[in-house]
Amino acid sequence: MSTPAPVLRLNGLGWSVRGVPIVQDVTLDVAEGEFVAFIGPNGAGKTSLFNLISGIYPAGHGTLHLDGADITALPVPARARRGLGRTFQTSSLWPGLTVADHVRLAAQAAAGPAASYRIWRRADRYRQQVEETLERTGLADQADDLAGSLSHGGKRKLELAVLLVGDPRLILLDEPMAGVSAEEVPALVELIRSVHQEQGRTVLMVEHHMDVLLGLADRLAVMHHGTLLALDTPEAVMADETVQGAYLGEAL
Amino acid sequence: MNTVVLLACTGLGLGALYFLVASGLSLIFGLMDVLNFAHGALLSIGAYAAWWAATDGGLGFWLAVPFGTAVGTAASVLLELALIRPLYARPRDQILATVGVGLALPALIMGIWGADARPFPQPAALAGTVDVLGATVPVNRFVLMAAALVVLVLLRLFLAKTRYGLIVRAGVEDRAMVTALGIDVRKAFTLVFAIGGAAASLGGALAGLYFGSINPGQGTGLLIFAFVVVVMGGMGSVTGAAVASVGVGLVQQFANYYTAAGLGDLSVVVLLAVLLLVKPRGLTGRLA
Repeated sequence: MSTPAPVLRLNGLGWSVRGVPIVQDVTLDVAEGEFVAFIGPNGAGKTSLFNLISGIYPAGHGTLHLDGADITALPVPARARRGLGRTFQTSSLWPGLTVADHVRLAAQAAAGPAASYRIWRRADRYRQQVEETLERTGLADQADDLAGSLSHGGKRKLELAVLLVGDPRLILLDEPMAGVSAEEVPALVELIRSVHQEQGRTVLMVEHHMDVLLGLADRLAVMHHGTLLALDTPEAVMADETVQGAYLGEAL
Repeated sequence: MNTVVLLACTGLGLGALYFLVASGLSLIFGLMDVLNFAHGALLSIGAYAAWWAATDGGLGFWLAVPFGTAVGTAASVLLELALIRPLYARPRDQILATVGVGLALPALIMGIWGADARPFPQPAALAGTVDVLGATVPVNRFVLMAAALVVLVLLRLFLAKTRYGLIVRAGVEDRAMVTALGIDVRKAFTLVFAIGGAAASLGGALAGLYFGSINPGQGTGLLIFAFVVVVMGGMGSVTGAAVASVGVGLVQQFANYYTAAGLGDLSVVVLLAVLLLVKPRGLTGRLA
């Protein structure tokens, strides 16, 4: 594989709250089509880093580049329009809207600002796109259910559907398996695998289940006290003694 | 029996008026978390613009109503762009700003046209009465009900069928998530203000028909009951506002007639308290 320009480049990225550094000096290149998993103990700064990348937190230090363009100063919607999509650690849906409405809104958002702000265009214009996405994520039977009535696994699937219908180039998944029952995990893993391997999307994912990651991730990024402790292939990271001591030792 | 029918029709007409004010108020609060205390002033703008057009302007009633609505809508959009938008990060200042506008506009109207009530021209077609089950009911009650019904149906269609409507529905539940998708919600804010202003100023133009006259304090007086309706119906719910409007209008009319005058207004507050005790989240289950 040749080495094209990185999809995402973090350079010395940092963020502090009242002088306390939460994320410190993270430098990282993510190549097109790569799958990078972020591990580390609770409070290591994984979700904060995701918030910096998606623009929810303003970068205190350093820069972010998406496809070579500096996005450090761009707000959330502008980054989303450039193809950066994410899910959240906590369920982030509209409980009173149906499953199909969620995906429809996401499809309309992905089609650009003009698509959303033509008042008299009907909302069901994206029907085919919505149906395909619901089919892919296994939600077709629940299209008319309210999001609030779904199981944990169903909600996670819906979050992925909302993300995937827009076909973002760079996907940030923050603990997509959290709260999902054991029976539902394989289907979710398979869905994430197909997005990465069959569609070739670049994925960053925070996850605690190492067994899930070992089959998926190209590289593991170990976070510790807000810094990037190690970044290598899963095999190399697992063998690394610093990681063993800092992360695995502390976690156990 | 005649009295009951007449009271019911009058109550429904009043409820229709409440709905025209409350529907916009509810959407604005639901989507933007803005308590718009200037909403009653928008009603007054609609009323005075329609009155001016029908008398000095010489437009006649049927053109005066859309004229009043248009002026009120423009004022509402202006309010959002000039005062609400620069204060989005400061909700307390936002409330103060709307309170200020809500006080200043009626004062301005009073300064120009005086504090006295002005008789509102009634078109011949709407000046009569109809017999309903033996009761003689003024036609204008039904005009208000019809207008509110049309606004309700249009709002429901807008929310359910259009792309903007989908953004508004999602935004009412969680605005930050809509932004996270890459949608600029602020455009929806302006639109919701335009819709709310249009409904309220239409209500203002028709309030002149209902009460027979207009005065500068009318909008503010109606606003209090509209707030009750919004809380009862559930913040951000148009259908909830419609149901609550009917309830408030009817209770107020019947209580005012069968008990001492003024107790009707009090009974509305009692109704609100009882409902919030039984269903703390309002009729539609949204947090009040």
